[in-house]
Amino acid sequence: MKYLKQITLILAISFVGEMLKEFLPLPIPASIYGMVLLFFGLETGLIRLSSVEETAQYLIEIMPLLFIPAGVGLLDSWGVLYPILWKIAVIIVVSTILVMAVSGRVTQRMLRRGHGRHNS
Amino acid sequence: MNDILLNSLFFGVMVSFVVYEIGMFARKKCGFAILNPLLFSIVVLILLLAVFDIDYETYNAGAKYLSYFLTPATVCLAVPLYEQFELLKKNVWAIMAGIVSGVLTSVVCVLVLSVLLGLSHKEYVTLLPKSITTAIGMGVSQELGGVVTITVAVIIITGVFGNIVAEFICKFFKIEEPIARGIAIGSSAHAVGTAKAMELGEIEGAMSSLSIAVSGLLTVLAASVFARFF
Repeated sequence: MKYLKQITLILAISFVGEMLKEFLPLPIPASIYGMVLLFFGLETGLIRLSSVEETAQYLIEIMPLLFIPAGVGLLDSWGVLYPILWKIAVIIVVSTILVMAVSGRVTQRMLRRGHGRHNS
Repeated sequence: MNDILLNSLFFGVMVSFVVYEIGMFARKKCGFAILNPLLFSIVVLILLLAVFDIDYETYNAGAKYLSYFLTPATVCLAVPLYEQFELLKKNVWAIMAGIVSGVLTSVVCVLVLSVLLGLSHKEYVTLLPKSITTAIGMGVSQELGGVVTITVAVIIITGVFGNIVAEFICKFFKIEEPIARGIAIGSSAHAVGTAKAMELGEIEGAMSSLSIAVSGLLTVLAASVFARFF
C-alpha cells in the first residue's frame, strides 16, 4: 500500500501544478509549481517525508532515462536546425561552459569567503 | 517493420531502457566518463531508427510514456531540496549570487555571440532561453517571437552537453564545493544536468534542482529585457 499512496500523492501534486499553470497567467510550468508545492508541504509538515520518499527516489533515479525520447526527437528537428547548425553549436558549447564556470566559481568564492569570516 | 511496431506500446519504452542499461554497462566496463549513458542511448536509438527505417512516431507511441513521467519526477526534486534546506538557508547569499551570475552570463553570452555570428533577431531570441528547463524556455521563446521547435532542440542539446562535460568542467575550473558544483550544473544545464548532479551527490543534486527553478524564473525577466538589445 505504501507505493500506491506515494504515487497517488505525487500524481495529485502534479495535477494541482497543472491546474495552477492553467489558471495563473505566469510563464511557469506545472512541474515547477508542483516542486514548490511539495517542498512547502514537506517544510510545513503537511506532507511527511515517508509518504513520498521511496517513489520520489525511484523517479529521480530513472530521470535521465526520461529525457531519451526528447533527445531522439531531435531527429525530427534536424531540418530546421541544419541551416544554422554550426552557429548554434558554437553558442551552445561556449555559453554552457561559461555559465557553468562562472556560476560555480562565484558560488564557491562566496561560500569560502563566508566560511573564512565565520572561523576568524 | 513500422506496421508491426506501430501497434506496440512497449517497443519504445523497452528499447530505451535496454539501450540505457547497455550504456551504463559500457561506461562501467571501460571507465570512460565520456561514455555518457544518456548521449549513448540517444545516438544509438537514432541510428537504430534510421537503420531499420522506423518512424519517430512509431518509437514515440510507446516512448512518450517515459516523457509523461518527467513532470512527476521534477516535482520529486523537492525531496532532496527539502533534505538540504538547512544547508541552503545557511548559504543563501552565495547560492543566489551564483544563480544570478549564471543567468546573466547566459544571456550576455548569447547576445555577444549572436552579434558576432550575425544571427537575426528571431534567431537570437530563439536561443536566449537555452540554459533553462524546456517548459519555461518554450514559453519565453514564444513570448519573444522565437522559433519554439529550435528552442526546444537547443535546450535539450545544451542539457545533454552540460550533462556530459559537467564533471570535467568542475575539475578544470577547480569547482570543488558540492554546493557550488550543484549550482553550476543546474544553472547551465537545467534538468538534464541535474540528473548528472544527482549522481555526483545529494547536495549537488539538491542545489541543481533549486537552480532549475530559480534560474528559470530569473531568465524570464532577463530574456525579456535582453531581447530589446539586439
